Amino acid sequence: MQQLYPLFVAIPLGVAFLILLFPKSLTKLVEVIVAIAEIILLIMVIALIGHEPFSYFIGKWIPPIGITLVSDSISTLLLLLINIVGLLSLLYSFKYMEMYTSKIRFYSLFMLMVAGMSGVVITGDIFNLFVFLEIATISSYALVGFGCEHEELEASFKYMILGSVSSTLILLGIAILYATFGTLNMADLANSILANGINRSVLFAEGLFIMGFGLKGAMVPFHAWLPDAHPSAPAPISAMLSGVLIKACGIYAIIRVVYHVIGMTNITHIILMSLGVLSMVVGVLLAVGQWDFKRLLAYHSISQMGYVMVGIGLATPLGILGALFHLMNHAFFKSLLFLCSGAVEYSTGTRNLKEMGGLFKRMPVTSSSCSIASLSISGIPPFNGFWSKLLIIIALVQAEYYAIAAVTVGVSFLTLVSFIKVQRYSIFGDLPEKLKNIKEVPVLMGTVLVIFAVLCLLSGLLYPFFGNTLLEIARDTVIDQQKYIQLVLQVVP
Amino acid sequence: MGMSLIVKKVTQFVIGLIFLYGINIILFGHLGVGGGFAGGVILTCGFILIMLVFGREKAIQKMRTNVAHFLSCIGALAFLAIALLGYIDGTFFFNFIDHGKEFHLHSAGLIPFADIAISIIIVSAIFTIFVLLVFFGRFVGDAEEYENDEEYVGNIDRNL
Amino acid sequence: MTIYLMCFFLFVMGLYCLIAKKHLIKKIIGIAILDYAVNLFLILIGYKSGGIPPVLFEGMNKQTFSQQSVDPLPQALVLTSIVISLGVLIMMVSIALRLYEKYKTFDTSEISRLRG
Repeated sequence: MQQLYPLFVAIPLGVAFLILLFPKSLTKLVEVIVAIAEIILLIMVIALIGHEPFSYFIGKWIPPIGITLVSDSISTLLLLLINIVGLLSLLYSFKYMEMYTSKIRFYSLFMLMVAGMSGVVITGDIFNLFVFLEIATISSYALVGFGCEHEELEASFKYMILGSVSSTLILLGIAILYATFGTLNMADLANSILANGINRSVLFAEGLFIMGFGLKGAMVPFHAWLPDAHPSAPAPISAMLSGVLIKACGIYAIIRVVYHVIGMTNITHIILMSLGVLSMVVGVLLAVGQWDFKRLLAYHSISQMGYVMVGIGLATPLGILGALFHLMNHAFFKSLLFLCSGAVEYSTGTRNLKEMGGLFKRMPVTSSSCSIASLSISGIPPFNGFWSKLLIIIALVQAEYYAIAAVTVGVSFLTLVSFIKVQRYSIFGDLPEKLKNIKEVPVLMGTVLVIFAVLCLLSGLLYPFFGNTLLEIARDTVIDQQKYIQLVLQVVP
Repeated sequence: MGMSLIVKKVTQFVIGLIFLYGINIILFGHLGVGGGFAGGVILTCGFILIMLVFGREKAIQKMRTNVAHFLSCIGALAFLAIALLGYIDGTFFFNFIDHGKEFHLHSAGLIPFADIAISIIIVSAIFTIFVLLVFFGRFVGDAEEYENDEEYVGNIDRNL
Repeated sequence: MTIYLMCFFLFVMGLYCLIAKKHLIKKIIGIAILDYAVNLFLILIGYKSGGIPPVLFEGMNKQTFSQQSVDPLPQALVLTSIVISLGVLIMMVSIALRLYEKYKTFDTSEISRLRG
């Protein structure tokens, strides 16, 4: 397994270029190839769970000279999410993408995005992280504008402008760190920062990183692109963008930089907490008034990422555990919600909640999985969203942030309100006259929705079985900066 | 189509030298300044010069865009294959070939091959992008003028 | 020091261009200027006064070479970042052309269907 670690990037990259060689008439074959590649990746990740952390030196160059790949429990967690959501969105898109032309280019861009995200997650070199980040985001720019209609192009352009600014800021941060310490390896940087203490240039770089990665992860002062970009993409891509891209490129990168490279300080703690609280409150307040189904979901993504950010910024073990758990749960239920909105659009041809109603009679599978996801996101007990929100709130109370805990509960209530609105207008109520003849979505799409719904239920209930091997060691990895440095530089303490 | 006779003749003399210079930069990239990207860009500039001087029909004759598209995929796959070849000796991207003697062409193992693969990607990709942007930009700019021009629209469809 | 300030000034110019201009193409130029400013900064990091190019030729003393030559790593980083910004630039230009095709204008204040 250790030897095959670079294949997490190499397989999707190879498939992305390979399938472009096929003519349009072989689309079915291309679908088979892409699906097999994703299944292989998923099997590889499952084999990686519970594996001892290791580092992999590309081309046998010993760090800090060469590029190092690092496998620890947090990157395994993110890889798992990327490949589960990736595989299911891919299966969903086989039918869904028939309303667009040139499916082969779509799959190629999709695989490029998967390659970029996997690269961000597995790399141990900060410039390499930037390169993979760019691969993932450039392909996502193209995918957001894939429909080539007025709204899609406008959203894509806005996303592109803000995305380029964020990449520039990240590159400037990397340049400043390199100028100060003369190395790009993250563990080596961490070592130098530990030895020299946090001086002004490190603080400047950290500010640039939080700004840049915050833009990629749509924290509130930097959120303007997300409510446009995520609804404009095709539904499987919205699921990928909201489900994993903002986590891999935003939250994960912030965790790595803040915890492992620079080290958690008091001021970072305050900044991350306030970013989280702002995102939580502003996101949900903007979401309540929306009538476009996907736009409402996009605003909820901002708000839920706020929860994760509060947990990360809290920097207590329980808070981080809650944040990682919520990150995982959000990947499942938000992907499910976006896929449901896509299914509704596929059948009814509209995204406006006012034009829907009574879909439960016509589309039972979609409606029931949509209900499960809504219950999860608003934190109703048996589903997964409840447990992770509970963990975050308990952590806040333990750390004596009573006001923020109260705000968190209030935001959860507002989320519930807004999803009751969704349920009331789309699933229940009267069926409008012109939607009398709609049908349930095709079997493959329905199956994907059911699998996600089951995952939403099980990831809450089966926590005692997987919590230890997946999440709790990820939490230990996040906290333990020394262990990360030793893992890469292999120095005996 | 194209520019005046003087420009055409001068280009005919110069173009071979430009290509030679590009290839030199690619092949000796591991010994001096240069490499796949720089050399590839110089080669692409040669193609763009042909296109500016002789008109786009001639340039596309030399390199059709669907061929270029095919080549860019092949180049990317070749680069990936070079990376995967490192597994012969155990590690991704491992430079397993004998490194040869310092300051000679054969002195860096796999690096020249990687440079060639990169230059194939760069030449075909940048040339395709240039041609498509020229076509598409013209089409957008003078939409009214070209809307009824069947031949022009057909040409775009063929090249896309 | 002055040259770092000039580099920072270039960065701010790019940012100003990005924020204040309403023309799509001017915004793209602003992004390009931002990229160039950061690339220039990266090159300046590796530079030392009186340095020689980081290319080793036959017959050079390796000891003095490593003391005299400028740092080659930032140059490699700049090359990578140029390729990336080239990709982003092409993406932007093609999207801007498509936008012009749909809206018949390059003015961002008129391209505003997405609100709220």
